[in-house]
Amino acid sequence: MQIASQQFRERASEALLDPNIRTAFDGLKTGFAAARARSVAALPEFPAMREAARNIRTHTLENLDLYLERYEEAVRAQGGHVHWAEDAEDACRIVRDICRKAGAKIVTKGKSMVSEEIGLNAVLEADGCEVLETDAGEYIVQLAKETPSHIVVPTVHKTVQEISELFYERHRAYGFEERVTEAADLIAQVRAIMREKYFTADVSLTGANFLIAETGSNIIVTNEGNGDLASMLAPVHIVTAGIEKVVPSLNDASALLRMLGRSALGMETTAYTTFMTGPKRAHDLDGPEEYHVVLIDNGRTKMLDGPFREMLRCIRCGACMNHCPVYLSVGGHAYGWVYPGPMGSVLTPMIAGLEEAGDLPNACTLNGRCQQVCPVDIPLPDLLRRLRHERWEAGFVKQTVRWSLGLWAWLATKPRLYRSLTRLGMAVLHKLGGKRGRFRRLPLAGGWTGSRDFPAPQGQTFLDAWSKGAKQP
Amino acid sequence: MVQSETKLRKSKGPHVGLFVTCLVDLFRPNIGFAAVKLLQDAGCRVSVPAQQVCCGQPAYNNGDDAAARRIAKQVIETFADFDYVVGPSGSCMATLRKDYPEMFEDDAKWRERAADLSARSFELMSFLTDILGARPMPASYPGRVTYHDSCSGLRKLGIKDQPRQLLSQVEGLTLAELQDSETCCGFGGTFCVKYPEISTHMVSDKVANVESAEADTVLGGDLGCLLNIAGRLKRLGKPARVFHAAEVLAGMTDLAAIGEPDRKPEKK
Repeated sequence: MQIASQQFRERASEALLDPNIRTAFDGLKTGFAAARARSVAALPEFPAMREAARNIRTHTLENLDLYLERYEEAVRAQGGHVHWAEDAEDACRIVRDICRKAGAKIVTKGKSMVSEEIGLNAVLEADGCEVLETDAGEYIVQLAKETPSHIVVPTVHKTVQEISELFYERHRAYGFEERVTEAADLIAQVRAIMREKYFTADVSLTGANFLIAETGSNIIVTNEGNGDLASMLAPVHIVTAGIEKVVPSLNDASALLRMLGRSALGMETTAYTTFMTGPKRAHDLDGPEEYHVVLIDNGRTKMLDGPFREMLRCIRCGACMNHCPVYLSVGGHAYGWVYPGPMGSVLTPMIAGLEEAGDLPNACTLNGRCQQVCPVDIPLPDLLRRLRHERWEAGFVKQTVRWSLGLWAWLATKPRLYRSLTRLGMAVLHKLGGKRGRFRRLPLAGGWTGSRDFPAPQGQTFLDAWSKGAKQP
Repeated sequence: MVQSETKLRKSKGPHVGLFVTCLVDLFRPNIGFAAVKLLQDAGCRVSVPAQQVCCGQPAYNNGDDAAARRIAKQVIETFADFDYVVGPSGSCMATLRKDYPEMFEDDAKWRERAADLSARSFELMSFLTDILGARPMPASYPGRVTYHDSCSGLRKLGIKDQPRQLLSQVEGLTLAELQDSETCCGFGGTFCVKYPEISTHMVSDKVANVESAEADTVLGGDLGCLLNIAGRLKRLGKPARVFHAAEVLAGMTDLAAIGEPDRKPEKK
């Protein structure tokens, strides 16, 4: 997927003018965020569970090599294949080769953000495969030739009317002539189309919410059951997963699952939690003949080996974006790549590059809400601030910002000079703003006065008044 | 430090260095004087070191760590000899308390000094309640007020009940809770001028919640947020007045509210 994060500002401005985006993302606040709050409040042990979840992730990352090897061994023991991919290109090539070997014409897909990250669909399509997303949200996004705007609910930006229109146009190919507008009818169309494809698919592809080192299983959670059908019915199943997805045991996975549903949607658990372990065995009635796992690094070991390790604890619940006032204002597409919101503003520079990610780390007020709701307590504001430092050091910060901040910082270490200058400055501003007590316009402050009055200063500075012995200004 | 603290408490109460914060110094000295009054009423000896400028947060949050450290060192030196360092801002005091020790991770000498300052640094309202257990002198403010929880104070310093506890003792004051009071107002330091449109969107939500709370006054503990909220209220021609909570607690609301014209007409 083409990265457009450097255009965040422009994309955000456009989004702010779109009333549909406003309504859609407000819905996240009243929907998921409120549901999360209720489910957390209903569980007195939630803080303890959160700490346990955090510890499981931290422990796993500290011993990642060990657990990955154990996982690989377990998958092989079950008759599955494990492939290691260093980067996106590598991962796509591996998947493409498996598909070629299987003579794949139709590939059904469960939801996989890492497949978005590596740009897999385009590679497979260029190789002549028909790739079909089976998660309803992903399917809609694919049909509309768009990208997900949220990592859990990819179509949050689309209205029912838009989806109705889209289906009316595109589903005629499947024999649906009538226009339907009700959610249930829309879903029924998707289901009918999918059923057919599940049976004719040559390869199925899913992501993984967790990989279990103990058993060699992968877990996916869905609310539609599409992942189960896709992976059970195609002769070849490929799992794509970031290397950080591994957890030591089933118990650990279950501790994390308890956090995932609640943090993401305010649900105790998702409708489906599917455990997949190896290919079909002799006595199994269903299941794939071949089972492959592609373990994708794509910048993750680099993160593991530095100050951004904590980001790898992420379990992709989306709580940080559901609670981010910036994300809720501008929506997911403004961020310009696969992962939006706070977690995306850390992951995008780490995976796609500091320069390519543009100003994302600065598109944040450091209000801390994201860390507060993060089920594994990732210090997102600290990581974003650290990225700002890296951008500063790398020279990616605009010269005007560098100069003005530099001048201010220099002045801040010269208290006497600072005081004389501010004494004069505040007196002048007070006089100018005097009668109204505020400014509607102020040179060099357009960013503020474009939409807000600028309150005029009281006149004398505090330090000046204090030194002159005033008790009251 | 422990020794001098005990001694002082016995004699004249703790010696507090007021960290006035740059915004209060420049824009609204009244808040600084209100802080002094509240601290003195609570039995503190208050000094205001003249060497103070800013906590360095703008540099730190923009990624210029070297500049932030230079400023931090100056603050650490300036406030080395007080029992406590207290300021009327959750954001600035969180910088002293939380960020300074982190800034000097790789510098043993300064890390220790930063940790020492950190342990003595408090936001005004939490200092009055949590440390001094003080009941402010009776003040009165007849009105229906609402309270915005500024993010740094709330999440980095755990300031939530303290201002409410203090305000509940103000005569005539009714507190109407603000919907989404814990949601950022869109100020975010330099964020508000770097991303003015997003910031405006956020502060407009805040203003809408002020209106639905039917409050005539908005209070808070951080002047940055208050300038932002007042600026938007005034631009939209809304009547709600904006004060720092310290001004109300100290009974110092005779001055025009933030962004309002001087009460006394200027001499012609």
